[in-house]
Amino acid sequence: MSALIEAENLTRILHETVPVTLVKDVSLTVGESEFIAVTGPSGSGKSSLLYLLGLLDRPTSGTLRVGGRDAEPMGEGERARTRLSMIGFVFQFHFLLPEFSARENVEIPMRKLGRLSRPEMRAWAAEILESLGLEGHIDKRPDQLSGGQRQRVAVARALANDPPLILADEPTGSLDTKSSEQVFKILEALVRERGKTVVAVTHDLGMAARMDRRIHLVDGMVEADEDVAGAQAQRT
Amino acid sequence: MQLILEIAFTHIAGRGRQTLVAVIGVAVGVGFSIAMAALMEGGQDDFVEQLVNTMPHVEVTDEERSARRQPAEAVFAVTEISGLRPREDRRGIINPTAALAWLGGWIPGRFAPSLNAQGVVRFSGREVGATIIGIDPQSEPGVSPIVGEFVAGDFAALTAGGNNVVIGDTMAERLGAELGDTVTAVSSQGLTRNFRIVGLFHTGTTARDEGEAYALLKNAQILAERPNAVNKIRIKLDDPNQAPMVARRVEAELGYKAVAWQEANESILEALVVRNVIMYTVVAAIMLVAGFGIFNIISTITHEKARDIAIMKSLGFAESDMRRLFLLEGVVIGFGGSALGWVLGFGLVYALSLVRFELAATGQEMTQLPVAWSIWHYLIASGFALAAAAVAGYLPARRAARQNPVDIIRGAT
Repeated sequence: MSALIEAENLTRILHETVPVTLVKDVSLTVGESEFIAVTGPSGSGKSSLLYLLGLLDRPTSGTLRVGGRDAEPMGEGERARTRLSMIGFVFQFHFLLPEFSARENVEIPMRKLGRLSRPEMRAWAAEILESLGLEGHIDKRPDQLSGGQRQRVAVARALANDPPLILADEPTGSLDTKSSEQVFKILEALVRERGKTVVAVTHDLGMAARMDRRIHLVDGMVEADEDVAGAQAQRT
Repeated sequence: MQLILEIAFTHIAGRGRQTLVAVIGVAVGVGFSIAMAALMEGGQDDFVEQLVNTMPHVEVTDEERSARRQPAEAVFAVTEISGLRPREDRRGIINPTAALAWLGGWIPGRFAPSLNAQGVVRFSGREVGATIIGIDPQSEPGVSPIVGEFVAGDFAALTAGGNNVVIGDTMAERLGAELGDTVTAVSSQGLTRNFRIVGLFHTGTTARDEGEAYALLKNAQILAERPNAVNKIRIKLDDPNQAPMVARRVEAELGYKAVAWQEANESILEALVVRNVIMYTVVAAIMLVAGFGIFNIISTITHEKARDIAIMKSLGFAESDMRRLFLLEGVVIGFGGSALGWVLGFGLVYALSLVRFELAATGQEMTQLPVAWSIWHYLIASGFALAAAAVAGYLPARRAARQNPVDIIRGAT
């Protein structure tokens, strides 16, 4: 199993009037087909760690490899290209582009990457959206969709370029229980059926317990990095 | 690229009214710039045309531009003679018959020889200083500024021969003389001769109307005691723009100073250049104002779309993509404004060209605004507009592209 992400001693300090340490000395390895929960109290640096791993932010110190490549010397453009092809983001809020339909939102990363032809993109976007239970809503704009539906479109967009790694920041944080369950099932299926790796920040401990591995942060430091027994049992 | 363009269009289409205001801002700027350029250049063309019409295109005089090369200079390399002036030759242009024949061989236009002499015109105790111009009545009408401008008598009366003169109406007024009166001309040589006024002209150029008296060449030569001399050849060309070229050739061949109208009016033409500089400065200022409109709308869009920028960056768009996106939005507005501005400019220029008014001074002539049509006015105006749009779009685009997506995503959460 090759490592998707290898982080060593990642530290991120915000240099404001009083320096704030967001992430401190985090070392971890993320392999393929993992289902990881990042938990911790508010302000413990969960999201900050996720942004570092997703190349949205640069660490103050420490080394990071994504897909075996050192992220340090990458320029802004190269980091963007890596995000485009290797990483899909899902945030607490759907963050869809409001002027575009669900399908167009999913197509945008594909068109940026330009690997497929336009008809292929259309077909693939429709396929992902349908697989997430959005048939019949494909050509609707975000404001015509419910919160759960929007979040599923956001997941579909994260999957657009078929990246091996999905980074989710409180993906169910703004959803009701039913929609949360639906989105969680989708993320789980991505790991179990498609072999993706999902790293999800959550403070829903019940949900974290149903994932395979749990990284618990306190004050920016890893307090625990353990396999979740229940999930192990469930899997076997 | 197409994707970026699509997003750009979606953004500006999403705010129709603001976009319309910005587009109209650019259009008004472009339109008025075009109209102003058309008027300014029309006025300039009109002015130059009048300038060109009232004076010879090339004037050959019997002067030399610089002193002849001195024998000593030819012999000794170190010789340097300062303060030399060209020699004045009372004989005028040497061998004018040959010179005129040579000119006749190739000049694309008309020319006439004359002898200009300084003198005084007297009548009933009053006198007025005058340039007495001896002309050849056959060739003179081809170059003369006065032939078509007679208020009494006519130019043809000179052709008949005899001691006749035509003078400007202002001079006649100052002398108290009328058509048919006999005036006395006194040359600087001290010779006097009586002439009968057979014509009065009014050209509108005061110096000419007040200070020129035209007589037959023969009479002027006698009066100036310069038999057979000619000291000026005036040339009118079919194409006035060829004047410098013709002047150079004449000067090289004849050795006499030949001055093209452009050279003679250098300071006026320079003033026109200054005028153009002022005009384009105003155009640039108008575009600057239009640019603020564009800056405003693009800034607003980038602020409102901060979240979209962050999300697009997280999806894998680079900073350069974001910069291009908003730059493009500015340029699209610039293009829209330019296109609309062309229509507006064309309409304005057309409307101006229809304006007719009576000249207050004379009250007789109907005249219209001089308007120039040129594709360059359109190209320059929209060039300015696009440049302003690009800058106005680029500044907020750069700022927006630099934003750290994490700050915005964190802010939203």
